Amino acid sequence: MVLLAISRPSLASEATGNGTEHTITTLPIVIWKWEEIHFPYLVALWVLVSWLCKLVFQLNPCLTRVIPESGLLICIGWVLGGIIYGADKVQTFRLQPFTFFFYLLPQIVLDAGYSMPNKLFFGNLGAILVYAVIGTCWNAATLGLALWGCWLGGAMGNIDTGLLQLLLFGSLIAAVDPVAVIAVFEEVHVNEVLYILVFGESLLNDGVTVVLFNVFDAFVSLGGAQIDAVEIIKGIISFFVVAVGGSLVGVVFALLISLLTRCTKNIQIIEPGFIFVLGYLSYLTAEMLSLSAILSCTFCGVCCQKYINANMDERSVSTVRSTMKVFANGSETIIFVFLGISAIDPSIWVWNTAFILLTLLFIFVFRFIGVFLLTWILNQYRLVPLDFIDQLVMGYGGLRGAVAYGLVLLLDENKYKEKKLMISTTLIVVYFTVMLQGITMKPLVTWLKVKRAAVSERTLAEKIQNRTFDHMLVAIEDISGQIGDNYMRDKWNNFEEKWLYWLLMTPIARKSCDPIFNIFHKLNIKDATSYVKEGERRGSLAFVRNENKADVDFNKKFGADFSEMIRDSVPSVCLDMHEQDLKMRESEDFDAHHLLQQHLYKGRKQHRHRYSRKQLEVNKDEHEVQEIFQRTMRSRLESFKSAKMGVAPPKKISKHLKKDQPQKVREACTFSSFPLVFITIFLEFSEGDSASGYEAAGGSFPMRAYRGAGIVNPAFMAEMDTMDPMPPMQQIPSWLAETEVDSSNMVPSQRAQLRLPWTPSNLRRLAPLCLSTHSNDSFLLADSPATQEGISDLPDKTNPLKQLT
Amino acid sequence: MGSTNSTLSKIPNVEELMQETGFTPAHIVRLYDRFEALDKEKTGHLRPQDFGAINRLAMNPIGDRIIGAFFSPGQETVDFHSFVRILAHFRPADKKRPKDPSMPEPVNSRTSKLKYPPLVFSLISVAFQLYDQDKDGKISRAELLQVLRSMLEMQVTEEQLESIADRTIQEADLDKDDAISFEEFRKSLEKVNIDHKMSIRFLR
Repeated sequence: MVLLAISRPSLASEATGNGTEHTITTLPIVIWKWEEIHFPYLVALWVLVSWLCKLVFQLNPCLTRVIPESGLLICIGWVLGGIIYGADKVQTFRLQPFTFFFYLLPQIVLDAGYSMPNKLFFGNLGAILVYAVIGTCWNAATLGLALWGCWLGGAMGNIDTGLLQLLLFGSLIAAVDPVAVIAVFEEVHVNEVLYILVFGESLLNDGVTVVLFNVFDAFVSLGGAQIDAVEIIKGIISFFVVAVGGSLVGVVFALLISLLTRCTKNIQIIEPGFIFVLGYLSYLTAEMLSLSAILSCTFCGVCCQKYINANMDERSVSTVRSTMKVFANGSETIIFVFLGISAIDPSIWVWNTAFILLTLLFIFVFRFIGVFLLTWILNQYRLVPLDFIDQLVMGYGGLRGAVAYGLVLLLDENKYKEKKLMISTTLIVVYFTVMLQGITMKPLVTWLKVKRAAVSERTLAEKIQNRTFDHMLVAIEDISGQIGDNYMRDKWNNFEEKWLYWLLMTPIARKSCDPIFNIFHKLNIKDATSYVKEGERRGSLAFVRNENKADVDFNKKFGADFSEMIRDSVPSVCLDMHEQDLKMRESEDFDAHHLLQQHLYKGRKQHRHRYSRKQLEVNKDEHEVQEIFQRTMRSRLESFKSAKMGVAPPKKISKHLKKDQPQKVREACTFSSFPLVFITIFLEFSEGDSASGYEAAGGSFPMRAYRGAGIVNPAFMAEMDTMDPMPPMQQIPSWLAETEVDSSNMVPSQRAQLRLPWTPSNLRRLAPLCLSTHSNDSFLLADSPATQEGISDLPDKTNPLKQLT
Repeated sequence: MGSTNSTLSKIPNVEELMQETGFTPAHIVRLYDRFEALDKEKTGHLRPQDFGAINRLAMNPIGDRIIGAFFSPGQETVDFHSFVRILAHFRPADKKRPKDPSMPEPVNSRTSKLKYPPLVFSLISVAFQLYDQDKDGKISRAELLQVLRSMLEMQVTEEQLESIADRTIQEADLDKDDAISFEEFRKSLEKVNIDHKMSIRFLR
């Protein structure tokens, strides 16, 4: 503030012609250089001041709980504006549109795109587009027309405006603002679908807003008389060009960024910088081409996030994330502070009660009407219809913000005589929505019992059931032979993995781009950290964990402390700590969760159907798939007796196996395409579940996985070793015997299994195939004699397979 | 839609079926085509082996149980009507859906007090049936173990499995009878956002 006081006289003196040219008579030791540096100095100072404001109201936490941050920042802006105005008698600082649109907004949009939950976003893209495009047009049109009607009716007194101007005003105030939405919804954790709808709408409606703004601005310049059908058609075309063009620019830049990060392994130090520069360039390029800059920046972030996160080193990724947040949050703060400051300026205020009140009213009303109408239409097509409460919140969450203010400042005063009135109204609307709706949003959400964001699964039961449901639904889809959304998603995943990963990701990234591995990795790190913390807490680091955290020690039984929780007779999971303590229960809990997290089969949707020509090690996904497959085949083997399927009962197989083993190997090796069987199985779809789906996809799969006479996958056998104390056996699963079977049904599975031996000891697990003799599993019922035999065979390991050893 | 009509006429009692399940004619036709594709021998019935032909099901850890769910106790085959009826369980929530008589007994008595929409409820009851193979209305520890075993990877040892099963039962078992009844099952799923998982769009 002192400096501002100083700057004033110096600015004034500048006006009187006091330049830096003055004759010196002696060597000055220190010179006051304000004039040279005042611009960057002021900028830095303002940034500092704005950010300090955040600090100020954090001192009082109750305040922040009630009023959203954005509202508080505006209030502080008012205070500051008052001070400056009082000092200067004129508002020297205000939010300039150029500054806003080119220095403050891009970071926010880039951050929004980069941290966008892609699955949710694209899953709801249809709805988002409907709201963004049709909703915004509806808002703009109705508001403009309503205001025009009122103006004609004389409610507003004598203002110099017209239909087109009012339509323009409507279009710039109609758009929901991303900055405001982020600011308010961030503190109110509504459920993800609701959030993504409002947020996505706020981002994507920029395409419409830009078009409408330009179109109406041009129309106003042309004058009412020259608007005919051609112009209107051109307007509609320009919408598509602007929106689609903007998105394409964003996608192009996303590709560039991904390609770039692919090559920057050696300059990791400034790798993060590229993201920001290219993101900013995407914004500017679109702006230069008069396309929608926000759309461009959004899609740039949305499309590149996966690839750059995979390509870049972890440290770079976290750098990017943190820096983006700093910029975005910083910009947001500055914007709101300046929104406050800009208000304290009598020169812009023109008060017309009717206009302002009517605008407020219409915005509200038409927003709700629009939301209800569109949702009603959408619900006919949506799987999960949006209920009334969600719609209410969505309507109420239509916040206007700085973008509208920036746009209104861009208006030309000569064309728009009522510019000041519009500015005033815009400011009032912004304050109203941000402050009032912001403050009341949280209580409203609580009062209406809106479904909140899903908390992470706390109980094991939930976790398991969730997974069960996933599997169930996938199974039903398969049975009913039609895959809805999942089909498209599958197709996209396949395309992505085939082409995009190869193009845009480094080879290392491709391999580790695996959700299971990532979770595993994160959990390991978390485990390690918690162990060290625990050790430090107890003053000793004597325990050492040297392997996979899932292999915990099970030999301890818990003492009396936990008997109410855990039955004494059951050996429980126990970490290898020196003594038990109260943390045990938590760690047991943690471990059980951890186990589940690691070991639950993911539903198929989440599998990466990845094919890498160079992949040697067993991909965990494939492993999982193979496992499930084997077990299913095994259990079916027990039950299927029909010769149609060609599955010989266990007894008979032994005769074939021994002598057929060598031949099997050779035959196995000739199936050049079969590890890809899993991939191709996923690729095939509905109506022909026969073998039709296979492409012998480039059979360059390394046959070196096979060595010697055994169909032994070394990687796999190693795992078998750690799992099971039994020596690895050169086993061929019992269903191998028949290859010339009715292959239309079993070929893929057979081909797969040829590769994967299975030790008979694990058959033990499948022994309790049915618990009661009255199993209604019809397979077992039909085949009970054989099954009994089969089951009784297994436990004592006198099964025919053993004869092979 | 000439072909639709002609296909529809091939199916006996199609009106009743549509009434009962709420599928539209187009859906019924599609399901019928699927049924025929699965029924390779054209017997008009599906056997478990036919389901086994769906290779993707073999990738599903509970695929066989799902197949089992299609077959009522004692039946070896499923005809088109039953096929459709079971699939009707998975349709998105439709307010006009008639009550399905094939739901197990304890469930029906609670229908009127439901907080869940019909679909979610039937999903939960189907899921419960998947666990509860012996149909005694409770999921015992052994049954839970079975399911867990099939859903967890092979690397998980017996002891780990058992401790997970124990813990799960502890969490869900409110009356301490070492088994999970349907009510407890349903309660444990209160927080799970089931209807958002519904992605079987075409069954609308």
